[in-house]
Amino acid sequence: MIVADRKPLDEILEMIKDYSKIMIVGCKGCVTVCNVGGSKEVGILASTLKIARNKEGRPLEIEEKTLERQCDPEYVDQLKDVLDSYDAIISMACGVGPQFLSERYPQKRFLPAVNTTFFGGAVQHGTWVERCAGCGTCVIHYFDGMCPIARCSKSLLNGPCGGSAGGKCEISKDVDCIWDMIVRKKMEQGRLDELLEFRPAKDWITARDGGPRKSVREELVQ
Amino acid sequence: MSDLKSGSNLEKVLKAGHFAFTGECGPPKGANVEHLKEKFAYLKGNVDAVNVTDNQTAVVRMASWAASTLMVQEGLEPNFQMVCRDRNRLAMMSDILGVYAMGVRNMLCLSGDHQRFGNHPQAKNVHDLDSMQLIALAKKMRDEGKFLNEEDIDVPPKLFIGAASNPFADPFEFRVHRLAKKINAGADFVQTQCIYNMDKFREFMKIAVDMGLHERCFILAGVTPMKSVGMAQYMAKMVPGMDVPESLIQRLRGAGKGQVAEEGIKFAIEQIEEFKGMKGIAGVHLMAIEWEQRVPEIAERAKVLPRPKV
Amino acid sequence: MRLSYPSNVKIIQLPCTGRVDILHLLKAIEDGADGVYVAGCLEGECHFLSGNLKAKKRVQYVKKTLEEIGLEPDRVEMFNLSAGEGPRFAEIAREMVERIKKLGPSPVKIKKAA
Repeated sequence: MIVADRKPLDEILEMIKDYSKIMIVGCKGCVTVCNVGGSKEVGILASTLKIARNKEGRPLEIEEKTLERQCDPEYVDQLKDVLDSYDAIISMACGVGPQFLSERYPQKRFLPAVNTTFFGGAVQHGTWVERCAGCGTCVIHYFDGMCPIARCSKSLLNGPCGGSAGGKCEISKDVDCIWDMIVRKKMEQGRLDELLEFRPAKDWITARDGGPRKSVREELVQ
Repeated sequence: MSDLKSGSNLEKVLKAGHFAFTGECGPPKGANVEHLKEKFAYLKGNVDAVNVTDNQTAVVRMASWAASTLMVQEGLEPNFQMVCRDRNRLAMMSDILGVYAMGVRNMLCLSGDHQRFGNHPQAKNVHDLDSMQLIALAKKMRDEGKFLNEEDIDVPPKLFIGAASNPFADPFEFRVHRLAKKINAGADFVQTQCIYNMDKFREFMKIAVDMGLHERCFILAGVTPMKSVGMAQYMAKMVPGMDVPESLIQRLRGAGKGQVAEEGIKFAIEQIEEFKGMKGIAGVHLMAIEWEQRVPEIAERAKVLPRPKV
Repeated sequence: MRLSYPSNVKIIQLPCTGRVDILHLLKAIEDGADGVYVAGCLEGECHFLSGNLKAKKRVQYVKKTLEEIGLEPDRVEMFNLSAGEGPRFAEIAREMVERIKKLGPSPVKIKKAA
């Protein structure tokens, strides 16, 4: 799912410094799953902001709400009769959320409370790692189920590079070298010869490099 | 291996069967042409070709193509390095045509150190192609006379194509295969990462020779003389893919104050002597980075002078 | 045991400190408490195995949050003791009250009243 991290509190406080009545809107989708923008986190942020502002002697009125998702018009519509009385609205959804809200309610001001980072999954409770770069042409089957575009720091298709040491990437001991993992798996599975095949240059046109993307299901469009 | 692909001095030296001796020169952190020319002076006549690094360790320096061109003008032969980190395929093909037009005849295709190491870690990461694909691209431009999109090139660039090989990175078992892959992709010559662990390197070369790789590609062994114990320790701990045996560090320590650099050079010369006779090794690549002034002396003591005229 | 502890400590009983949520601690501060502390079983002796460890992490999170917004992190604390340690319970209460007295009234409370 989409993973995000909450913005530092001083940044959020700076965003709302001129406002006294705000709403915080959470999302029950990805940000709930990665514990950064669900109803619980909305409550925590609300309480934290109130404490900070009370301390300054400039109290803040906050309304808390959590939508099923902020990336679907039918849920975004649910805020229709509610938004008027707020100076600004903080969205705790991924980058898609505040944009959809902005489009639907152009007169209101929407602020992102999280920094959206990557597509990933949980490796243990509380830890999520990047797995997919959204390149638009999935090739993990050539690499025994691992993606070097997302997981190699240099997105090599014919790796590993000369900086791979001890199974770790040259950029940090905390980053596994995915090519080390690919090579070892191929060796273990007796498929090393597959890695001797030259992988030609990638067509990045399907990735973000080719411009903003759109996905259409013709059979569903009315 | 007898027809000349580029006509470069390095290619001619290697194909004539001589033991090649190449050097390295990093461009300045500015447009300091005078300083660059001083460095050239130490290398001229002492090596067959000089590697010109490309924003090495992701630190911004004068462009490799510019320093290479200046080198040609000064009468030395550059080995133009290009990394995949900073430019996309358009810029790569464009630069290859450009350097060829300016008289460059050798090229080294590298991935490039990640910019997080360098002095501009905030930069966008390019890596449109990887080093393997760059080797194949240079070959396609030269031998097929075509761009990556199959369009014809009006005057194809005829470069002698090189690649890097690191026998000491992981996984070790795959390193020779990766070298084979680079040769299959089109590498005419290969320079290895600097060698300190001679045992491991001999093991690597044995496998490479068994696979017949030395018959399809010229392999040059990388040598970097250690200047100090600090340098040896730094390289052992902080540089990924570098293998510095404890025995070497001990040897340097034992040399005594003021004698460490000399001991480092002694070790390098011993290595060069062994490489001259090692099966599969076609030459040595000396990386005396920021120590170019010692190259004439090292070349003399390693008995690789005078360089062959071909 | 009928030991005395300071009267300005309000006790909220839970079956396990694992039940304490980040929001409980924040709300207490928000509503004007000068300090909040969590008293849980000794580490390794939690009846529910790791409830007190979860509480410890939550207390650390709240401390970090308070620091980020300019409040003293020492206003929130985690203590561990066994259910049989009556005197230790009273001692902790006194210790925390002393600490809060030194820090002074919560800046949240002062401004709210202003």
